[in-house]
Amino acid sequence: MISEDRIKGIIENVLREMGSGEISTDLRTREATVSDDDIVDFGATDLRKQLLVPNSANEEAYLKLKETTPARLGIWRAGPRYMTQTQLRFRADHASAQDAVFNSVSEEFIKEWGILEVSSKCKDKDEFLTRPDLGRQINDETAEILRKNCVNKPKVQIVIVEGLSSTAIEVNARDTFESLTQGLKGHGIEGGTPFFIRNGRVPSMDSVSEVLQPEVTVALVGERPGLATSESLSCYIAYKASTSIPESARTVVSNIHQMGTPSVEAGAHIADIVVKILEQKTSGIDLK
Amino acid sequence: MRLKTKLFGTLYEFKDLNDVMAKANEEKSGDKLAGIAAATVSEMTAAKEVLSNITLADLRNNPAVPYEDDEVTRIIQDGVNEKIYNELKNFTVAEFREWILSHETTGADLRRASRGITSEMVAAVTKLMSNLDLIYGASKIKITAHCNTTIGEDGVLAFRLQPNHTTDDVDGIRLSLFEGLSYGAGDAVLGLNPVYDTVEPVSNVLRMFHEIKEKFEIPTQTCVLAHVTTQMDAIKQGAPADLIFQSIAGSEKGNTAFGLNASVLSEARDLMLKEGTCEGPNVMYFETGQGSELSSEAHHGVDQLTMEARCYGFAKKYKPYIVNTVVGFIGPEYLYDSKQVIRAGLEDHFMGKLTGISMGVDACYTNHMKADQNDIENLSVLLTAAGCNYFMSIPHGDDIMLNYQCTGYHEVPSLRETLNRKPIREFEIWLEKMGIYENGKLSKRAGDASIFIK
Repeated sequence: MISEDRIKGIIENVLREMGSGEISTDLRTREATVSDDDIVDFGATDLRKQLLVPNSANEEAYLKLKETTPARLGIWRAGPRYMTQTQLRFRADHASAQDAVFNSVSEEFIKEWGILEVSSKCKDKDEFLTRPDLGRQINDETAEILRKNCVNKPKVQIVIVEGLSSTAIEVNARDTFESLTQGLKGHGIEGGTPFFIRNGRVPSMDSVSEVLQPEVTVALVGERPGLATSESLSCYIAYKASTSIPESARTVVSNIHQMGTPSVEAGAHIADIVVKILEQKTSGIDLK
Repeated sequence: MRLKTKLFGTLYEFKDLNDVMAKANEEKSGDKLAGIAAATVSEMTAAKEVLSNITLADLRNNPAVPYEDDEVTRIIQDGVNEKIYNELKNFTVAEFREWILSHETTGADLRRASRGITSEMVAAVTKLMSNLDLIYGASKIKITAHCNTTIGEDGVLAFRLQPNHTTDDVDGIRLSLFEGLSYGAGDAVLGLNPVYDTVEPVSNVLRMFHEIKEKFEIPTQTCVLAHVTTQMDAIKQGAPADLIFQSIAGSEKGNTAFGLNASVLSEARDLMLKEGTCEGPNVMYFETGQGSELSSEAHHGVDQLTMEARCYGFAKKYKPYIVNTVVGFIGPEYLYDSKQVIRAGLEDHFMGKLTGISMGVDACYTNHMKADQNDIENLSVLLTAAGCNYFMSIPHGDDIMLNYQCTGYHEVPSLRETLNRKPIREFEIWLEKMGIYENGKLSKRAGDASIFIK
């Protein structure tokens, strides 16, 4: 077994050698002996700690300043172009973002969770991306399904809105929901019937609220992914939501993911906000 | 005006000039979203044929948004040189296109013409241009502007250095700035998009830029791209800025949504001329992008290309140093995929040049668009060939603050070397002095930000 540190050491050596234009043949023989468990995940490198500039004028200061920014710096070059490893990492991060946007939340995931699934007026992902107006609305049939299956006029209605990241929903929505529900219970507040809106945008929370008329609506929405993470979830909360409320009436908690606010912590935080909104009977910029 | 045509046995009729203009556009998802696009490619072609026979006078007399209703229309119409207009007004759009492309027509002719035309004419002729027409036409038009250095000279390709940071951390911004400089970026402007749009953080970054510029004697411009009113407050309180920035739209209503109007921009320009730190006379920096009017419901039923052209007509009034379209930033509901973004980038650049402004492009895309880094590398090569004044540059093309991707620091030397372009002259001399350049190319030390932190 080769330890992770040892592999890192090997990689660093190789990179240094690549910088000087030589590739050790030694590596090729070594590589063949690495077992699956020892293969380094090339998407897991902490870019802040990685400095690829050979013989830099001030390595210590470089690394120290790199700690202050997630920007892809100190990445060196092949002629004027990118090094192969940084180019691959960039493509990998973009692939992850695109997968989050263009793939849908799996039906199994919703089934296993055991919540109701409905859809916005968008019939597929393509229409969802090009018709934001339809992603905000639901049709009459969907309204009927909600009326039949959900608690009418609940104090708090939680909806899971697919938004622009299916990954965010699959990775972070359920834990956030459970923690939020627990938090509300702690305050003696029972939520309504939760459901999932496929191909929904943020304002779809208004359309469903007009049907079910909760006092407070909480929407957990997949955020448009950046390259840093494709798992970021946002939460939008509104008092007496309807299609006529302004954007400024929404209270927002964003960046719910492992490297931002972790889902369990976020759920508890959202519960506290909901309690405040119920007390003050307002949300968004008017909430104190 | 003839508003109908026959093609392969089918008669096509259009409601009015705006309808012809919208349907003559190359396909854009934003025009579909607005419900004004041609239903078929045949209808689009028919609209182009109708448009090709419209005269420039018809376009002058039928502005996209009425004169009485819209400040942007008034600024464009009132800015027309009537003598030059009279020479051009009987051209049909087809003839205007062929005149632009003719070997007989020089760049100087085109610059002169730009003073006698309206944005609707610029948009109309663009709709009849193929992609290579747009590249060829733009490549004839040299537009220079001067702030501390002159941008837009022949054979020069400049870059904005965009060292954005998720929390405006000055150390993080500084490292990104140094690394960009070490690749030869930053001759157009050192320009940050701030997270916090308030006077103090904006002033802090402006001061930091100024100090670095002074310390290393960098011949360039500085700017922090907050809202124009925030920058004005910062400058009034003594913050050093070479350029003042604002995003603008092609209608008065669109500008209202951005929190500005013509008099605010005039005030900003006057303030810069009085209290800015630059030589001038070009002290303004504007950004635009197809679709922003529709997104703020300020498009008046007009297509996104025409609205974009009007942004440039509006910008021209303020004699900007630089203007760039942020072409792929707005998302797939306006520009669906790489094909549409590449087309829009070429259109915008050509329109800016034909309007007579110093035009750059933020060749970019978001993660919910069907585009990737290869597509904007393609676009940047096409635009360099077209004579684009400048591009953006960010670490590895990944903007950690705005969450989109555009041209990276590495594109700076790559595009210059591949297409034989140079940095702005004074900046190139500085790069040689700093040892970043050697004999007109990156030196062995280039790419090491820490040469600035010894």
